[in-house]
Amino acid sequence: MNKKCDVLIIGAGGAGLTAALNAKESGADVIVLTKEYPTRSQTCMAQGGINAALGNAGEDSVEDHIANTLKSAHGEADPEAIRFMCESAPKAIEWLDSIGVCFSRTQDAKVAQRALGGASASRACYAQDYTGLKILHTIYDRCLEADIEIQNEKYLLEILKDENDGVCGAKVLDIRSGEVEIYEANAVVLASGGYSRIYDKNSTNSTASTGDGIATAARAGAELIDMEFVQFHPTGLKSCSILISESARGEGGYILNSKGERFTKELAPRDVLSRAIDAEIKKGEDVFLDIRHLGEKLIDEGLPQERKLAKLYENLDPVHELMPIKPVAHYTMGGVRVDNKSATSLKGLFACGECANHRVHGANRLGGNSLLEIVVFGKEAGVNAALYAKENGRTIPLNADITSVIDEIKTYENVLDFYAKREHIGDLFYKNVGIVRTKEELKVALQEVQDIKANISKLGVSDISKVYNTNLIEFLEFKNSLDVCEVVVKSALAREVSCGAHYIV
Amino acid sequence: MKISIKKDTGFVEYESILVDATLLEVLNDIKQTKDNTLAFSSGCRSSVCGSCSMRVNEVEVLACSYKIQDGDRVEPLNNMEVVRDLVVDMDKAYSFNKTAKAWLSKVALSNTLDANDAKINEVQSDCILCSSCYSACPVYAVNGDFLGPFALTRVWKYASDKREDDVQGKMSDVQTKGIWDCTLCDNCSVVCPQNISSKADIEMLRMKSAQFGFMDPNFGSFDGGFGFDGSPQF
Repeated sequence: MNKKCDVLIIGAGGAGLTAALNAKESGADVIVLTKEYPTRSQTCMAQGGINAALGNAGEDSVEDHIANTLKSAHGEADPEAIRFMCESAPKAIEWLDSIGVCFSRTQDAKVAQRALGGASASRACYAQDYTGLKILHTIYDRCLEADIEIQNEKYLLEILKDENDGVCGAKVLDIRSGEVEIYEANAVVLASGGYSRIYDKNSTNSTASTGDGIATAARAGAELIDMEFVQFHPTGLKSCSILISESARGEGGYILNSKGERFTKELAPRDVLSRAIDAEIKKGEDVFLDIRHLGEKLIDEGLPQERKLAKLYENLDPVHELMPIKPVAHYTMGGVRVDNKSATSLKGLFACGECANHRVHGANRLGGNSLLEIVVFGKEAGVNAALYAKENGRTIPLNADITSVIDEIKTYENVLDFYAKREHIGDLFYKNVGIVRTKEELKVALQEVQDIKANISKLGVSDISKVYNTNLIEFLEFKNSLDVCEVVVKSALAREVSCGAHYIV
Repeated sequence: MKISIKKDTGFVEYESILVDATLLEVLNDIKQTKDNTLAFSSGCRSSVCGSCSMRVNEVEVLACSYKIQDGDRVEPLNNMEVVRDLVVDMDKAYSFNKTAKAWLSKVALSNTLDANDAKINEVQSDCILCSSCYSACPVYAVNGDFLGPFALTRVWKYASDKREDDVQGKMSDVQTKGIWDCTLCDNCSVVCPQNISSKADIEMLRMKSAQFGFMDPNFGSFDGGFGFDGSPQF
């Protein structure tokens, strides 16, 4: 029996759950699907903060927030979308506050704010360095209160369309049982996250950020835009790419080279800083983040995660030692094209969060704007999907049988190891489609991806079990990543002039 | 270095050449180079998503924050159905958040929080729902309906928030199969990767409940037991 609902939401991070709450409040019957559990999405890793021009820590204005965001976007954003987001920001914080998010506070009982890169004021509201975690968990608790049905461990295989090309559901793999299932819906909201893991281990992201939703939507015919814009975060720990939050610099941390010299402005926008660090590394220097002068008390209060992670992964205590760093893939600005109603180019398909491109980040996202985006546009996507669902009755999905790409994968030869290919592509992309790009290097990367895609049947899975086959899931993710990789390189080749995070020489 | 991993078929021994590595790095290496069929969950690699909780030498850990030692024995969490190898079904543990109504019930918007108020439930809101506490809980092991550690911590998180205007209601939701069933053994605190003490939170919930007149149903309910004032009851 197919499961049915008005609005089907794919992804249970901050964007998906906010969409779910708002779709439900708008009267729709909602089901949320996630390939993990709802609180395990990329949102939980956001540390630094969420921007809103509240002026709680010095003067600030919505106009300044807009101006900073526009500047960082390098002309590749939609000014109206940015205005909408920045104007909605104070309300978004008010809502989060009203549902119980444990923001850090000032002595005079206001939400505390701190400076992040590229901002003219201390604009980022935060909850220590667990901002995303605490926002996500609180929104999740709200979903429980609203009695929203969340189905865990369902992996998206296809977005289903009817005979009029309207999106009307999804085909998913139940990871636990290994069965393929059909969910029918009047409207579908894609909230499946970004694609930073195409860089494999050279990324701060969860291993789940493989661009599944974007690849699947593209296969269904949805338009993608600005896929070449990938943000490299300046301060990933060198050995493991684990993120050291921008708040470390916001609090006053320094970037040093091997000689102990500060060689760049620490609070420059991320693209500028990443290039400066990359250039220094290419000169043969090691680069370090230095927060020793902030003192143990401030580090433990404002940056507890950072200290813990540096100890664990680099075996050093940042209270007393320098942290070796390198820039790594962190956020993908590109995604599924949406209009000002969060509607994609496919009828009945909406998108929000990192998988969508609302054109608010343009060529380079500002720290603190992604948590804002998921709350502001998660709401829009939910409301608009519910409205669409109300006006458009359920249609019969075509291809609603349980055949899928999995049947095809079973016939693959599996003579080449896809894990090795995944690592190879990740490293190649970091080098050739990374912080500084050349046309020649991009072409090499494109050729490599196309070669692997052409010979995909040489790869495959060794695990033939139906139950919880993570070998299969990882292969499906890799297949999706390859689709995304191809679009990223092609878009990068098509943009011949440097712009923001896309830097071509 | 040798480690044993409990798969569906029993313990399997693997050799790892990685030095000073986290268990998660070792598991990934085994999966990618030695045994593609090994099943485990992971996500963020930085101890905030709660995916890779499991047991090493019978103690709950997050694989991403545990450094392996020679001879380690790795098993799935206790008290939860094993789906495959190290993967357990956490749906039931998660469901207690809903049963216990772990959310802000009635908002008192007039109550603004200052820096000190925000500290009250800062630690409780660090929870990542990894379910280690349910795995370590001896009460949950014998009583599958017990609301359990993280759900009760979550209720205390909201009940202790000055913005909550119906604290009594929050207390009434955790009386049955909740705070009084805990034996205060403190296993949950010992294994929590976020240094949360559900035991301490449950004690706070008990004190708050007492203020609203709720009583321990086990107290004084036995024949010949003791009354509230300590005097024998007949």
